[in-house]
Amino acid sequence: MMSEDTYERFYRSLYRIRRVEEEIARIYPSDKIKSPVHLSIGQEAVSVGVCEALRPDDVVFGTYRSHAYYLAKGGDLKKMLAELYGKATGCAKGKGGSMHLVDAAHGVMGASAVVGTTIPNAVGYAYALRLQRRDSIVVSFFGDGATDEGVFYESLNFAALKQLPIIFVCENNLYAIHTHLLRRHKDANLCARVSAYGIPAEQIGDNDIFKINERTKSVVRSLRGGQSGPFFFECLTYRWKEHVGPAEDFHLGYRSREEARPWMEGDPLQRLAALIPPQSREHIESEAEAEIREAIASAEADPFPDVRELLTDVTGD
Amino acid sequence: MERILSYVDAIREATDQEMAGDSSVIVFGLDVDDPKAIQGTTRGLAEKYGQERVFGTPLSEEAMTGAAIGMALAGLRPIHIHIRMDFLMLAMNQLVNVAAKSRYMYGGQVQVPMVVRCMIGKSWGQGAQHSQGLHSFFMHVPGLKVVAPTNPYDAKGCLIQAIRDNDPVIYVEHRILHFQKGTVPEPRYCLSPGKARVLEVGQDVTLVGISYMLLECLRARRYLESVDVHAEVIDPIWLSPLDIETVVKSVRKTGRLCVVDNGWTACGAGAEIVTQVIERLQGEREVVVHRMGYAPATCPPTPLLEDLYYPNARTIASEVFDLVKGGRHHWLPEERKELQEIEFRGPF
Repeated sequence: MMSEDTYERFYRSLYRIRRVEEEIARIYPSDKIKSPVHLSIGQEAVSVGVCEALRPDDVVFGTYRSHAYYLAKGGDLKKMLAELYGKATGCAKGKGGSMHLVDAAHGVMGASAVVGTTIPNAVGYAYALRLQRRDSIVVSFFGDGATDEGVFYESLNFAALKQLPIIFVCENNLYAIHTHLLRRHKDANLCARVSAYGIPAEQIGDNDIFKINERTKSVVRSLRGGQSGPFFFECLTYRWKEHVGPAEDFHLGYRSREEARPWMEGDPLQRLAALIPPQSREHIESEAEAEIREAIASAEADPFPDVRELLTDVTGD
Repeated sequence: MERILSYVDAIREATDQEMAGDSSVIVFGLDVDDPKAIQGTTRGLAEKYGQERVFGTPLSEEAMTGAAIGMALAGLRPIHIHIRMDFLMLAMNQLVNVAAKSRYMYGGQVQVPMVVRCMIGKSWGQGAQHSQGLHSFFMHVPGLKVVAPTNPYDAKGCLIQAIRDNDPVIYVEHRILHFQKGTVPEPRYCLSPGKARVLEVGQDVTLVGISYMLLECLRARRYLESVDVHAEVIDPIWLSPLDIETVVKSVRKTGRLCVVDNGWTACGAGAEIVTQVIERLQGEREVVVHRMGYAPATCPPTPLLEDLYYPNARTIASEVFDLVKGGRHHWLPEERKELQEIEFRGPF
């Protein structure tokens, strides 16, 4: 049983991410955000459940669907929105965009627009942590699409071979863009496949933020206690919006609203909201709304990068 | 007293000294800790620094390149070794999409200090997939540095620089260059990126040789001397950043440029060097240019065809003679024993 404080903490994080992305979707048609946005709406529970079990010095690597874990891990909201607006104050000075959010100070090490690409980066980072005798751990977030890629299996093998302090978290939303998992794999039993590499693997269904958090906490505790990694979670979840962009896409016909309905009805945000006294909820929500309003306002007001930035940061020379 | 080391021992010494001086330097790749120790370049390192800092890897070039990037992001300075450059094709996503771009696309928040050592093969039937010089692929991409040292002195200085450099460096070796011997000082020293070297002075033509082809250019110069043609020979050493200034200065004097690449000419290092020189000198100086490189075919292992596939000292001399004299003269020098290619025996 979790405390009321925990409920409120989770709710704050979930609510904030949901509302940030709803605002991005609202602003998007204005063309002020000239960056392809891959919204996490519907999937936020995985990011929050996992990141709430981590310390600030733990490190996450992720995907182009990056907003949720970036914020859940403590990434700076103002810098994120400024990045989407292409402003100099963005987390990457406007040179990364939505698909490459980064906040090294908060352990958000970056994301790739190429599926599966950050998985080995996360593994290498975990190798370094162990060599440096640090007790931080790494989480590698990726979607089910990444499990089609060869580099995923190469990375699993090396992480297992070297028993690295890393947790692989597959956010299985069933679709790689518009193609269902069962049209990409003869056998969709991902945990069985991962187990074959000698890695403990566990599926967590239903977007269950509490279960995700409890299981992550327990694995993090044992990794920090010196037990060897890696560990693998497959978290079943569902994307409400289109693959990229602010709208729904049920009209395309590759999936149905009926398939989505149970996920929407079981929205972790609403389930959590029901556990919190209305007064606290209102307080959390109004704080988040104020923060988001302010972040949008500053992103809009901030300057674009200086022209000299075009050729800055190409190399370190 | 001059200390003479082989190219292999120069690499080994550079690695050893940097590992001793900086605990963040680590070495890995297929077979780095096996009995052959990458032609000897990693010999003894695993025993000295332990399996955590020196280790052989699974045959997973893409993941291990990605892992090197992750290690570099965490503050290590990994050296990832491939016994053939051809194998880098398995790691292009990580090299081009991540290593080259991380500093920029993360707004300068991170850096990726890593070295990718790779070797070009030649002769003894290396064939289609053990012989490619693909350095121009990497020269094309901003954010990567590319270096191709041709002698033991440079091999040591460039490797130390590459290890200490805060950007990813593709360190291009050539299997035949491993047999080179030369003066190598014991103390550590660095060769700065973007610094070429004029090896021989001449006024008739500028010869730029890349990787192993630099040796053939030096031999070609000797053949050309016999017909009173005097070539200035330049080793660019670093292909990216490229020291075009040194080449331009030479061509301003000679008016003629021939670049001999250890790779194909199309969209290659030669194309880049020639173009940059013309961009700089057009309108100021009339310049004639020529490129040589692998024949536009897949490398054949059968000796007769393989000989035709590569430029060599005599064919370079012949084509440079035409460049200097104008027209086709069909002059091909008689082979001189002291100017023959170093003999290399397989299997690798």
